[in-house]
This record gives sequence, C-alpha cells and structure tokens, in this order.
Amino acid sequence: MTNRMVNATGAALLALSRTAEAAYQWNLPTPVTRVASEIYNLHLVMMGIILVIFVGVFGVMFYSIYAHRKSVGHKAEHFHENITVEIIWAIIPFLILIAVAWPATKTILNLKDTASPDITIKVTGYQWKWGYDYLKGEGEGISFLSNLSTPQDQITGKAPKGEHYLLEVDNPMVVPVNKKVRVLLTANDVIHAWMVPAFGVKQDAIPGFVRDTWFRAEKEGTYRGQCAELCGKDHGFMPIVVEVVSAEKYSAWVGEQKQKLAAAADDPNKKWNLADLKARGEKVYAANCVACHQASGQGVKGTFPALDGSQLANGPRGRHIEIVLNGKRGTTMAAFGKQLSDTDIAAVITYERNAWSNRTGEVIQPGEIGSARK
Amino acid sequence: MSAVIDSGHAHDEHAQGPYRGIMRWITTTNHKDIGTLYLWFSFTMFLAGGTLALAIRAELFRPGLQFWHPEFFNQLTTMHGLIMVFGAIMPAFVGFANWQVPMMIGAPDMAFARLNNWSFWLLPVGALLLVGSFFVPGGATAAGWTIYAPLSTQMGPGMDFAIFALHIMGASSIMGSINIITTILNMRAPGMTLIRMPLFVWTWLITAYLLIAVMPVLAGAITMLLADRHFGTSFFNAAGGGDPVMFQHIFWFFGHPEVYIMILPGFGIISQVIPAFSRKPLFGYSSMVYATASIAILSFIVWAHHMFTVGMPTAGILFFMYATVLIAVPTGVKVFNWLTTMWRGSMSFETPMLFAVGFIFVFTMGGFTGLILAIMPIDIQLQDTYYVVAHFHYVLVAGSLFSLFAGFYFWVPKWTGRMYDETLGKWHFWLSMIFFNVTFFPMHFLGLAGMPRRIPDYALQFAGFNEIASIGAFGFGLSQILFLWIILKVTVLGRGEKAGQRPWEGADTLEWTHLPSPAPYHSFHEQPVVG
Repeated sequence: MTNRMVNATGAALLALSRTAEAAYQWNLPTPVTRVASEIYNLHLVMMGIILVIFVGVFGVMFYSIYAHRKSVGHKAEHFHENITVEIIWAIIPFLILIAVAWPATKTILNLKDTASPDITIKVTGYQWKWGYDYLKGEGEGISFLSNLSTPQDQITGKAPKGEHYLLEVDNPMVVPVNKKVRVLLTANDVIHAWMVPAFGVKQDAIPGFVRDTWFRAEKEGTYRGQCAELCGKDHGFMPIVVEVVSAEKYSAWVGEQKQKLAAAADDPNKKWNLADLKARGEKVYAANCVACHQASGQGVKGTFPALDGSQLANGPRGRHIEIVLNGKRGTTMAAFGKQLSDTDIAAVITYERNAWSNRTGEVIQPGEIGSARK
Repeated sequence: MSAVIDSGHAHDEHAQGPYRGIMRWITTTNHKDIGTLYLWFSFTMFLAGGTLALAIRAELFRPGLQFWHPEFFNQLTTMHGLIMVFGAIMPAFVGFANWQVPMMIGAPDMAFARLNNWSFWLLPVGALLLVGSFFVPGGATAAGWTIYAPLSTQMGPGMDFAIFALHIMGASSIMGSINIITTILNMRAPGMTLIRMPLFVWTWLITAYLLIAVMPVLAGAITMLLADRHFGTSFFNAAGGGDPVMFQHIFWFFGHPEVYIMILPGFGIISQVIPAFSRKPLFGYSSMVYATASIAILSFIVWAHHMFTVGMPTAGILFFMYATVLIAVPTGVKVFNWLTTMWRGSMSFETPMLFAVGFIFVFTMGGFTGLILAIMPIDIQLQDTYYVVAHFHYVLVAGSLFSLFAGFYFWVPKWTGRMYDETLGKWHFWLSMIFFNVTFFPMHFLGLAGMPRRIPDYALQFAGFNEIASIGAFGFGLSQILFLWIILKVTVLGRGEKAGQRPWEGADTLEWTHLPSPAPYHSFHEQPVVG
C-alpha cells in the first residue's frame, strides 16, 4: 500500500514538474553548437566564481552584523587605513578577472570567425517579419518570408494558446545538420536582432548595412528564437524558427522549394480580372498590411491611417502605387517594392481600392507596377 | 563705494524671511527650500513612473494581450524609463546635494542662488512636456528610453516633445552641476580641505563633472535626431550616407557615465550612513575617493559594452570587454571598505542603516550580474533579454533608490527637527526589500531562458516567473504608499518626537556637530572652523 502511495505521489510530482518545467524555464537552453556550449560553460564558471565571492563577502557581513552589534554590547574599535589590505583586495579581483578574460577571449575569436561557410543565407528584418534568401551553397536561390503563424484569437484570449504560442512561423528557415551556416544580417526599416539561443547566436540587423554571424548545429531539431531589438509595435510578434535536418532531408526540402518557386513565378504580363486579383490581394493584405491598417481597414487612430474611405485608396491610383512601392519616409510605412512581386503589389492595391466601402472598380495590372518601378 | 558696503550691512541686519505662500517656493533662492522642491518633484515623478511600471506588469501578469495595444505598451516601457531616470533618480540626488552640500562643507548657501532657482524651475516644464506627450496624436514616444534611430525617426510628435523635455532637463542638470562644483571648490569652511570633505560631497563633486561632460553629448545626439526627423538630414540614415549605429555610440557615450551619475552620489550617502551607525570611521577614506574617481574615468571608455551585438570588429569587442571588467576592481574596493567599516564596529540598525546594509547586499548582486554581462560571449545570450532588465533594476532600484531611502531617513531629523516613525520605517525597509527581490530576481531566469525585453506578450515557458514578478511589482509599488505616509507624517503634519542636534551618535559631519535640528533657514552665518 505504501508502495502504491509512493508511486502515485511520484507520478503526481513528475506531472507537476513537467508543467513547472514548461512554465518556469530558468536556464540557458541546451546548446547545440560549439559556441553555445562554450558560452554555457563560461556562464557556469562565472557563476561558480560569483558564488564563492558571494559566500565570502556576505559571510563576513552577516557575521559582523551578528557579532558586532551595539545591542550585544560590542564596543567599536577605531582602526582604519591599511595599505597592505587595500592593495591585496585590489589585486586579487584583478587576477580573477584575467583568469576569466582568457577563455572569454578564445570564445570571441571563435564566434567571430565566419570564414569558409558551407551555406550562406541572408536574413532580412522587416517590420514585423523575417526574410530568408539562400545566397550560396546547396539551396542557392531559395527565398521566402517568414511570418508569425499564431492565430490572433490565441493572442486576444478567444482561443486556448498552443504549445509554441508566439514561437511558430509559416515558413521556417531550414538548414542541414553539421554544416557551417553563415548568416548575413540586414534590415529593411529599423534595427532588428536575430537571436537563436540554442545556437549561441544574436546579431543585430541594421538597415543599410550587412553584418554577419555563423553557426554549425550539431543536432537535428527545431530551434526557436525571437527578435531581440525593439523594432516598433509588433516587436514581440516576429519569431525565428530554424529547422535543423539531415543532409538527405535538406536536399529533399531544397527540391521542394525550387518546385514551389517555379510554380509560384507569375507571368508579369498576365491580364487579371477583378475577382481573382482581389482574392489574391486579400491574402497579401493579411500577411503584410493588417498589423497596422487592421483587417477592417480602419487603421489605429492617431498612429496608423485608415484605408477605408481614404483619399489615398479612392483618389488617383498613381499616388497609391507610389506609396506602396516606396513607403513613406519618417513613418512605419515600408517600401514594399523591395519585398513583394509586381503581381502581389498589384493585387494588394486592387484589393485596397475595392474592399470595405472603397468601390473604385479599378483593376491594377502587374504590368503597371512594373512600369511604375522604372 | 563705502555707501554700497554700508547699505549691504543695513540689509544684513534687517530681519530676512521668505515670501509667504506659493511665492516663497517660486522665488526662493534658499538651498534648503530648493532642495525640498527637488525632493518633492522627484518623489512625484517616482510615483508617476511607478504607476507606468505597474501598468506594464499588469499586462505581463499573464500571456496574451489583456489591457493594452502593443504600441501603447511600448509607450509605457519608454516613458517609465525616461521618467524614472530623468525625473525621479537624477533630481532626487540634486535635491540631496542642495540640502546637504552647503551644510556639510560649512557654507551659508549654494554659490549661485538664483541659478539654483532656475535649474529647479526648468524641471517641471520638462516634466510637463514629457508627461503631456501621452496626449498628442499618436501618443508618447515608443522607441524605448534609449530612443535608438531609426525607430525614433518613425515616431509621431510625442518624440519631439521628449526631445525638448530632455533638452530642458539636461540644461537644468548642467546648471545644477556648475553650481555644485563652484560651491564645493570655493565655499568650504576654513580647514575643510578637499581631502577632509565628507564622502557625500566628494562623490557629488565627481558626479557634477560627469554631468557637465556628458549632458551636452546627449543634447547633440537628440538634436541630430530632431534634424533627421524634420530637416531632411541623414545622420542616422544609411540611405543618405549616415549610420544608425553612430546614434548608439553617441548615446552610450552619454549613457554609461549617466549610469554612474545615478549611482555615485548613492555611494556617497552609504559612505556617510555606514560609519555613523557602526560608530567607527570609514575604513579607507582616501581609497574610497580614488575608487570613485577611477570609476568615473573608466565610465568614459566602456560605452560599447551596451552594443556587443551590433557587430563590432574583434579588436573593439576585446577592448571594451577588458575595460568593462576592470570596473569590478574599484567597485570591489568600495564594497570591501564598507564591510571593513562595519567590522568590529558597534552597530545599530535604525532604518537608514537597514537601507544601507540592504543596499550593499542587493547592489553587489547587481554588480555580479554586471560582471557576467561584461563577458561578451555570455552577453551574446543575454543582451536585450530580461537578464539585462534584472541587472539594471538591481543597480538602479536596489542601488540608487535604496541609497536615497537611506539618505532620507538619515537626514530627515536634521531637515524637519523631528524623528520619522521608526516602526513604519522598518516596515518600509522590509516590504521594499522583499518585494523588490520577488519582482526582479525571477527576471534573471527569464533572461537566461531567452525572453526578450520590451515585449507585451510572451511564450508559455515564461509564464511562471512573469506571474511572480508582477505580484512582486504590485507589492513593491504599494509599499511606497507607506513611504508617502511616513514622509507626510514627519514633514507636512509635523508629527514625531523632537530630534536633538545629533540624534545619531556616530554622525560627525558639520550639519550634526554645528547646527541645531531643524537646521535654521539660513545656516552658517558665521563660518565654522574645521580643526
């Protein structure tokens, strides 16, 4: 009977600790790259040193508080200034610092060494999503955007939250295991930061400049991170997901992506009808515009302008095309010409000019966007 | 000529008193009145900034968006930072300087009495602009207290309000610093050589130099930002030949000394309180002065450790890492000195001493995490996570704020002539200490687990510690209402036992040995002589 009770308690405790583990993750994630394990160990060493100093310093302090109180009748001694003691307590910390600076320096040299990668991927930060372009190595030419895939209902509490709430995307970055991946970072609008803790990688993405970092993942799996530099309204909603797969699976994924790219390539001279283009535009709008201008087209008063009934979406189309292509300086409105194809831009403008109460009836053909770009 | 001197005499003999009512405060040139104004102003801003903090913690109590839109949440975090740094902590220390520096060096008042009035009355103007920016179209700036470009060039008019507010508050700080330096260098009583000055005066002298050196740098950065926003310049815009990272370099060249501006006077207060309640002189007075000066000098060559993830060249990273860890040496010297001062003393634990000992305990923890963050590879994991949030709240709340609390309880008998309520003071200490740690200790774990800072919503593995932190934050916030009551009781209501000239037997600076409690409106008509 005792046995059964022990078992039952054990099972209950195990269940409890599992949920606790989920809700109370408290340490650096398990490292899967050499750099990340070096960082993990450096942190352990530092914690060890700190713990020893902590016990030493506060052992002395609390002993003193206990023993040298007026209320227990301790009389103050009046010693002060002792050059020897003061030199010793300056030099010992100095030596400890040199001892930790050495391994830290080695790790820095290692993590800055981005030479001779197997695969090079350019990562671009956008407000508020990531873009991935495979530049060199197997998979060259693959290019896609990666958006948060957590449904809005989960965020607003209308639906229960899933296991990977806020850490899931529609198109994850996929890389092969045990290959050196060099990541080139840049941004389209403001500074973002690309972070994957399990790889020991965090690098700012700076608009107009290219920075680089690298990782070699030693274990297959799905690794998650988030944007780490405040980048505006949806800073908390642009996660990073990297899938590390075997070489075979990676080749298969590359083949699949290439086929998809070929299939998705639009004929820029195709003539679209209103219904088809508007339907496509609605999807583009949901992926790119809805965060600011809202699904209702009403925007956010005082911050993001409304499109529904607006001068822009009902007036001359040239101005509308120009704003979508080139953005608006000094505001969050991005230059989507750099992100989207002619067909997608034509579609989203057509949608905006025919959605909600907007009834222009105009169809913007991709060719028009192409000529506006020139 | 002699007529002028004569009329001066006649004026001196005339009974001098302040105006009555509100005009007393608007026109005052008295260092004690101005000190009081600074302290009430900063306490008001502290409550305002605290309210914003509670709005942040309410949203983060549970995952999901409950109360605020993400853009308003960003306004909350930004304004919490700006108000606490520029409205609460900095003016509070200037308030202490106004009250204490003249009394501690035996001077009758500050050197530039009218400038002193002006430096205070600029502050409410700056504060109105800052807080008022919540009500302009688009709301307050949401670019973080660091207002990094180019995010800050995207903001609405709230950003311009913040820029002007910072300009005004910066001007106020510079004038205050000039006043403090001139007072300390020129108005010391005979015999009060520099190396005999109380440590609080020393730390403020060094801090004032830091302020004069870096406030213009901030002014430059935000003016360039203003030009980028409105006049078509491209200082921080790559498309026009500028560089967004340059903003960070300039900002942190101001920002890192700024961090020490907010802690050095606190070191000074602690260095007065610990010896007084240990009934024993400070162990190493001159090494404390040298340590303070070293920290101030080092603060100018470590700024880029705030930017380890921008992608600096290896040599730059190594330089800034080595320089940063060096700061541990003078900081260690300070902590060791406080400990050896306590050692074999005859300690008693009234509220000022409780806060001072609490300060040493939690500030040292903030120092430890600072050391961890200084190691660049570890910083790669922790930069821009809650670990950093935990770290700087350990040094700013448990450091600066607790030292301000200690200073208030220590000097309020001299200011008001009455003792504060000791029982309530002890409650204030224990509640603040416990809830502070409940709030901020779990944030270390959140940061290690990878939760970015400045996000309104988070993944489920962060839920547990966020809940604890939010509970702690509300406890900490409510404990400060108790502090408000303690202040009102001893000041406005004038309740509490009468304080003697020297209520703390171990306190031996001029304000305790030469002036009655409360200190007279005009103190040191005749210069004391320091033996």
